[in-house]
Amino acid sequence: MSENITVVVKALPFILQGLAVTMSMVLEALFLGLVIGLSLAVGQIYGNKWISGSISLYVWFFRGLPNLVLLFLFYFGLFPLLGLDVSAFVIAVIALGLRSSAYQSQVFRGAIQSLGEGQMLAARSLGMSKCKAILNIVLPQALRIALPGWSNEYPILLTDSAVTYAIGVMEILTRGNLVVSRTYKPMPLYLTCAVIFILLNYGGMKIIHLLERKVRIPGFGNGER
Amino acid sequence: MKTEDNLILKVEDIHKSYGNTEVLKGVSFEVKKGETKVFIGPSGTGKSTLLRCINQLTLPDSGRVWLHGEEVTHSGKNINIYRQKMGMVFQNFNLFDHLTALKNVEISLIKVRGMKKKEATEKALEELKQVGMEAQAGLYPAELSGGQAQRVSIARALAMDPDVMLFDEPTSALDPELTGEVLEVMKKLALGGMTMLVVTHEIGFAYSVANEIIFMEKGRILESGPPQKLVNNPRFERTKQFLSRLSELYKLGDEK
Repeated sequence: MSENITVVVKALPFILQGLAVTMSMVLEALFLGLVIGLSLAVGQIYGNKWISGSISLYVWFFRGLPNLVLLFLFYFGLFPLLGLDVSAFVIAVIALGLRSSAYQSQVFRGAIQSLGEGQMLAARSLGMSKCKAILNIVLPQALRIALPGWSNEYPILLTDSAVTYAIGVMEILTRGNLVVSRTYKPMPLYLTCAVIFILLNYGGMKIIHLLERKVRIPGFGNGER
Repeated sequence: MKTEDNLILKVEDIHKSYGNTEVLKGVSFEVKKGETKVFIGPSGTGKSTLLRCINQLTLPDSGRVWLHGEEVTHSGKNINIYRQKMGMVFQNFNLFDHLTALKNVEISLIKVRGMKKKEATEKALEELKQVGMEAQAGLYPAELSGGQAQRVSIARALAMDPDVMLFDEPTSALDPELTGEVLEVMKKLALGGMTMLVVTHEIGFAYSVANEIIFMEKGRILESGPPQKLVNNPRFERTKQFLSRLSELYKLGDEK
């Protein structure tokens, strides 16, 4: 038992260095997915049939591929083929972010469509352009409605991030794995990784719930109850 | 109020179909400054569609609309300018649910007119005062009664200093107690000289406020005229029937 503890204590600083890697990978992918996903949702709803058709295709493609397949395609295929010398970390962020954007876009699309056309009609009747109406009236409401569903994306990306171990990103699991191969103590070390992931998940969800409470509006969306 | 110069709105031969159903079969009329015209008629005769064709929220299949002699139909991007001049009030209020009453009125002043925030707030408060809602300026739509919400939506449209106000069944979603406070505001507006087009079943309001009642049926104007004439001496049996039904329901005697 004490032997296990010693292994963990000795390995912990090394594993924890992966914390920053994991977190920046997850947050960057989340942000990339947010920006692209939101644009996709707006394009899919308000764009012409060519735009919304291409977006449906994009969503279908990125939702249909397993994470690992996408990572391998990018890391061993696409980026070398294009002659791009990009780190595994950057490729991981792009792959996770694009995939997340496909999922996020549908969360936002649902939220926008739940608004009812009255909001848009009222905005247009006041002389707002479509663009201004989307920015000032539709999105502020849709984002609030989307928040509970969108909060899924954080734990999904966090857990998915461990898959980047396969292309050698020095995140938490990769580091844990390296120590295991040296010490042959899988149980305490993987358990350590598990605890780190669970704590990261807990912290992130706390922040999202705080955000939900902060942007809450009386009687609107997920209002007081 | 008799020269051509007083003409604010001209609507000519508006047609609109949804699929195979022709909702509007050629509607024309003119509105002079300060006039209140009330559209009545059975449901599904295209009264609301007509209002929306005027500010182009619904695009008519054919026909033209002029505001102050400038054509509104086929105006491209300029439509946003004309819409500012034609305030609209909806049956379901359509207040922006994420904004307080004050910000509902303020936002188009800031985002469309480009007013400074402070100036916009002042004007918005002024408009809310006009409809008796300044005390509720900080409340969100969900915290307002239907009547209060509708009054805020009137203030929101008024804030753009429109030349004409379009009311699309403004009291249909309200219970009788709340209807009164909205009609009161509208009456005040009409007496203050605002030009108004009102789709409503409130025959009492029409009788006491309107310069002209327009009776629509099946996508056409069946007949129109001053309230006294239309109510007491309609040309068509159909108009008489409909009006007497309305009078029973909405108690013509309540208003003087």
